[in-house]
Amino acid sequence: MKLLFGLLKYAAAILLTIVFVFPLVFMVMASLKPDYNLLQDVGSIRSFLPVGPISLQNYQGVFDRVPFLRFLFNSLFVATTTTVLGLLVNSMLGFALAVMKWRGKNVVFAMIISTLILPFEVIAIPLLYLMAKLPWISFDGGLHLTQGMFNSYQVQILPFIANAIGIFLFMQYFKTLPKELEESARIDGASWFRIYARIAMPLAGPAIGTVSILTFLPMMNSYLWPIMTIQDESYRPVMVGLQYFYVNWGTAWGQIMAYLTLLTVPVVILFLFMQRFFVGSIAAVGVKG
Amino acid sequence: MATRMSDARRTLNQSVRIERRSATLLAAPAVLLLTVFTVVPILFALTLGFTNAQLLSPQAPQFVGLTNFSRLLGVGEVTLHAQRDPQGHIVTAPNGDVVYERLNTYTSINSKYPNLRGKEEWFRFGENRQAGTVNVVVAGDPLFWQSLRNTLFFALVVVPVQGGLGLLLALLVNERIRGRNFFRTIYFIPTLTSMVVISMLWGFMYQPSGMFNKVLQHVIPGFQPIDWLNDTRTAMPAIIVLSIWQAVGYHMIIWLGGLQTIPGEIYEAARVDGANKWHEIRYVTLPGLRHTFVFVLITITIAALGLFTQINVLTQGGPLGTTSTLVYQSVLHGYQRQEIGYGSAISFVFFFMVLGIALFQRFITRRIDQ
Repeated sequence: MKLLFGLLKYAAAILLTIVFVFPLVFMVMASLKPDYNLLQDVGSIRSFLPVGPISLQNYQGVFDRVPFLRFLFNSLFVATTTTVLGLLVNSMLGFALAVMKWRGKNVVFAMIISTLILPFEVIAIPLLYLMAKLPWISFDGGLHLTQGMFNSYQVQILPFIANAIGIFLFMQYFKTLPKELEESARIDGASWFRIYARIAMPLAGPAIGTVSILTFLPMMNSYLWPIMTIQDESYRPVMVGLQYFYVNWGTAWGQIMAYLTLLTVPVVILFLFMQRFFVGSIAAVGVKG
Repeated sequence: MATRMSDARRTLNQSVRIERRSATLLAAPAVLLLTVFTVVPILFALTLGFTNAQLLSPQAPQFVGLTNFSRLLGVGEVTLHAQRDPQGHIVTAPNGDVVYERLNTYTSINSKYPNLRGKEEWFRFGENRQAGTVNVVVAGDPLFWQSLRNTLFFALVVVPVQGGLGLLLALLVNERIRGRNFFRTIYFIPTLTSMVVISMLWGFMYQPSGMFNKVLQHVIPGFQPIDWLNDTRTAMPAIIVLSIWQAVGYHMIIWLGGLQTIPGEIYEAARVDGANKWHEIRYVTLPGLRHTFVFVLITITIAALGLFTQINVLTQGGPLGTTSTLVYQSVLHGYQRQEIGYGSAISFVFFFMVLGIALFQRFITRRIDQ
């Protein structure tokens, strides 16, 4: 009985492995095949194997057809900038909420808790309107005040820097730091900024890691917001760049699979190296949330 | 002595002042950003729906009262009567369907019924072939109602199925089986890829000549290929399956985090008391997971209500509106048609729906949480 149960567990685990892995294996293999062979292989075991005329032609095709590296740079720039600025401002507020006494603290705390459950989709359309109206200072020889920030990096960055989940996680983390650290620093005459920068932040490694992952990945994958705000190719992020391929649905499947592979494989490899970190981060959110 | 006391008090006051000022400076950037990019849009969502705001119009929006909301939410009912021939018999079409008078009579701009003007058919019910009547529900925006229904249906399926499967996966990879770290990793990988990528990939597999049809043809002799995403019966289920496939690994990890907070001693104590495997799960594991349960419930619900990417990439709300969602409609109106006022009215409804569901779930789960 026990043996049967044990075997059943392995059978389930292996079956699930196939379920979760087969589309991704297919994607990588298809990216290596010409369209004709790719379609021929569908439905047979061959579609999961690197058989037939294998080449990197489709990858070459992607680079010829769309400015892939430009899109990738745009996404990396937006995601990195948002993550770095977000770590700074969210940890500052988290610190102030966790260890300091100030007026308006309760109001700000209530604001953060209530926005935690608010999906971005609810405010997307009103935010779009706001972005069409907000001024921005642009520089082209002289300084100009322009209205609206569509087709820019800032429209993709500014709304996502301050983040309720990030603030909340930093606050929870700073609350766990021993009070004595901060008190002894106060006695030594350190300013609050010094305590934040020299004591709290250097000890906040795990929170920094968690918040970084929870900002960076969604920013790399963002889609709804850039399709509405970016029409100019030079600011277009990598997920929206795929539009080139699906407006002509059903053409150039090999190139589509190559594009998808280029978007997926680096993240998966990064994940395999930093697995504990990733998984720990997500589990931490669940436990604290 | 007295001066020493007041000196001390002054230092104390000063240190309180410094603390307040420092805190304000530390808090300011995030509070400012949250105010501009979250609080102001929420206020917009609550107010722009009452205006005729256009996305790129230079004109200031004008107050239009409840116009947007009456178009969005307005419903009415008409009873249509069958057409009769001169002898008074009910006219039927060659396929046997009863021919009714035109709905247009009631809903045209100059109809006698002001509350039905400009409305479109949403659905029919209660056909009585003998009496020759059928009831038609008309709405100012039937697609909105359909989208609301689709969104709720999606959430009602995805929340329990994804949450439940996530828990089963977590229980499986929490067992002492060889290679459990490997299995955890594999199940988690789809969540790393973006929904756009997953949608394209599954879109290819769902094609009439795609992998699913080919495999089904191998397994079931005489199987007719289904155009999964273009069939009104299968489009939404197809979207649901790919959505769950993508996100279930994420919730597995969250459940796993919850499982690992349950101390091993409780299991040992249960075993000493003679509990079997099922008793363990029922009386130790599940009660120990109640905080995680609340978290999983809320995160999946919020994500499900925001369904958009899959729809935008794969179906554009079709076929016949069967995969249209609230967010898809708000983007269609607010962005593509630039009707910010109307799009915001949808956001307004969406906002209160999310709030209502969140409060309801909070109310239900407060009991569990205690």
